[in-house]
Amino acid sequence: MAASTIAPDYYLLLSLALFTIGVIGVLTRRNVIVVLMSIELILNAVNINLVAFSRYWGSVDGQVFAIFVITDAAAEAAVGLGIILAFFRNRETVLADEMDMLKW
Amino acid sequence: MSLDKILFCFFAALAVGSAVLMVTRRNIVHSAVFLITTLLATAGIFLQLGAEFLFVVQVILYVGGIMVLFVFVIMLVNLDVSLRIPQFNRQRWIAGVLALVLGAQVFLALWTGRGLLSLPPKRLAELSPRNTEAVGQALFSTYVLPLEIASVLLLVAMIGAVVMAKRRV
Amino acid sequence: MSHLIPPAIQPYVLPVLWGVVIVAVLPLLAGYIVLLERKVMADMQARLGPMRVGPHGLLQPIADAVKLLLKEDVIPQNADRFMFWVAPLISVTMALVAYSAMPFGPSFQVADLNVGLLFILAVSSLGIYGIVLGGWASNSHYSLLGALRSAAQLVSYETAAGLGLVSGLLFAGSLSMRDIVQAQKDQGVWFVFWVPIGFFIYLVGSIAETNRAPFDLPEAESELVAGYMTEYSGFRWSLYFLAEYANMIIVAGVAATLFLGGWLRPFPSFKEQFPGTSIEFMDLLPALVFFALAAYCLRLAPRQPVGVQKLVMAMVAGLCGVLAAAMAAAAAFAPEAVRQGVFGGFWFMAKVMLYLYAFLWIRFTFPRYRFDQLMRLGWRFLIPLALVNVIGVGVAIVLREQWGWKHPEGTLILTTLATLGVAVWLASSGEKPGAAPAAEGE
Repeated sequence: MAASTIAPDYYLLLSLALFTIGVIGVLTRRNVIVVLMSIELILNAVNINLVAFSRYWGSVDGQVFAIFVITDAAAEAAVGLGIILAFFRNRETVLADEMDMLKW
Repeated sequence: MSLDKILFCFFAALAVGSAVLMVTRRNIVHSAVFLITTLLATAGIFLQLGAEFLFVVQVILYVGGIMVLFVFVIMLVNLDVSLRIPQFNRQRWIAGVLALVLGAQVFLALWTGRGLLSLPPKRLAELSPRNTEAVGQALFSTYVLPLEIASVLLLVAMIGAVVMAKRRV
Repeated sequence: MSHLIPPAIQPYVLPVLWGVVIVAVLPLLAGYIVLLERKVMADMQARLGPMRVGPHGLLQPIADAVKLLLKEDVIPQNADRFMFWVAPLISVTMALVAYSAMPFGPSFQVADLNVGLLFILAVSSLGIYGIVLGGWASNSHYSLLGALRSAAQLVSYETAAGLGLVSGLLFAGSLSMRDIVQAQKDQGVWFVFWVPIGFFIYLVGSIAETNRAPFDLPEAESELVAGYMTEYSGFRWSLYFLAEYANMIIVAGVAATLFLGGWLRPFPSFKEQFPGTSIEFMDLLPALVFFALAAYCLRLAPRQPVGVQKLVMAMVAGLCGVLAAAMAAAAAFAPEAVRQGVFGGFWFMAKVMLYLYAFLWIRFTFPRYRFDQLMRLGWRFLIPLALVNVIGVGVAIVLREQWGWKHPEGTLILTTLATLGVAVWLASSGEKPGAAPAAEGE
């Protein structure tokens, strides 16, 4: 089966849509975990972009870059969730609005 | 309406729909499940673009690893009271409008420039059955330094996560 | 026949046919593997097992299925109804989707993906969500804890099992399941003889992946009631159960493909060794096996206490006889493709059954691991072992490819010994896997 015959413009538009939704999620939600999940959404939008252009140019570099993005996303999710767990243990909240005191 | 277009429209609609549902759900576990469907739809897009190794990497790592981590943490910090409090913060209107303006700007740029990508596209050739091999070759020859740095990064992240989440006895 | 099908859908007809066959046959097969497990368990515990429902319990799975279908469907009060409904669905769907890349024979495969092996691993890792969401949706402490424990176990042993697979994969040179079997055919030896440690690591990892004893703490009856399945009853529970046994067959199929030669015949071809013989003796073996089964059932038939059981036994004997005749006919008269397909399927299922028998044997031999012992075994024993193995195998491959050493057996024996040495060192130094945990939280 031949690979995608769709022009990369449509993939860019899809990537833009996911990116915008992710940005809205990061800026408007109170729950820090949902903020982290929206960041993962943003990273995925970028990945779609990278792979679409990798297909367009016929080279594999975009996919390699996307693998590194996924690796970074894993590292960041792990550390971020560790921070959330530690914070939850101390302050018993996961809402960004309530994480507002530097020292108790 | 070729199979290509149908698949792309299906995966794109699934991705955008799940993403919208993800940022609007009150129940965090439902949000996580919708993010999982978004990630699976993205994996489908990768497969449709011929990036089969990236497809399995996305499913194994992102959906089978990172999202499991998310779901674990959600279940450990899940508070019943969170279902009754407001989900969106005070800056939601301004933030939403600004994000949409940003999106509209980029959309305008893309829409007026569609079909005008300056360099001619390479032949949309048949898929090579050796996508995994090509990715492997690139990773271990051209990009071996970023690979090693990524492994150090993962080590650092692992240590950091363990230290952060460890209970101080 | 091909002119009857429009060319647009022609590439999809055969895969859809195989898919339908798999989905139709699998629940029955899983049910009979449950019966096999109970009979083997009984045999190892010096008793008889199910004997009442059908002769020698042969109709027990059908009775169980009917019972489960007729049970009342109970949903806990504050459970998340949508998640409660969808969780067993995810488990079963992922277990069945993984069959699409499984090669049952040279032409019996729904889809020969270029990344078939990784696809099966990916889909198995998606099955974790069925467990986690089911445990959470039950709105019960036991379920949630059991689900989290089970998911942690699955994620830990996935890495170890995957690394065990990699050591066998390095010889195959491709991720496509068909190419892996072809590589074993080309190189003339099953990969288990080159990397037995890799096979063993995959065996242990796959036992943990499918929540089987001795790693079945999350679903054991004396711990946490039944783990994530506590609140599930009737048909929903049978879906989880089907998913578990389907997963068992999947991991057995992967092991058979990667290490045990897939659909290849175990012994070298008689015709090739002694040119001039007209029959292929190994091809008669399936027919002989079924004939022996038919004769045994026929011998048992008159001894059944109840009339209808005699009838069922005679029918089973007849079925085996028909299969024996079919195998003999295939060996004698069928064209090459059909013969390869039939016997390929037979040998593949034989290897899968052998691997499953190992699962059952291990289940009834070893006591259960405590959860911290389980995690310690996965992370601090199996993964370092698998890494040492992969490094050794990599060195052997490099020697073969770069320096032209055509027979890497020496290096591989050294690798095996080195890995065993590391295993002994890990097991005897530091904290033993069975030691009580230090005061480390959790």
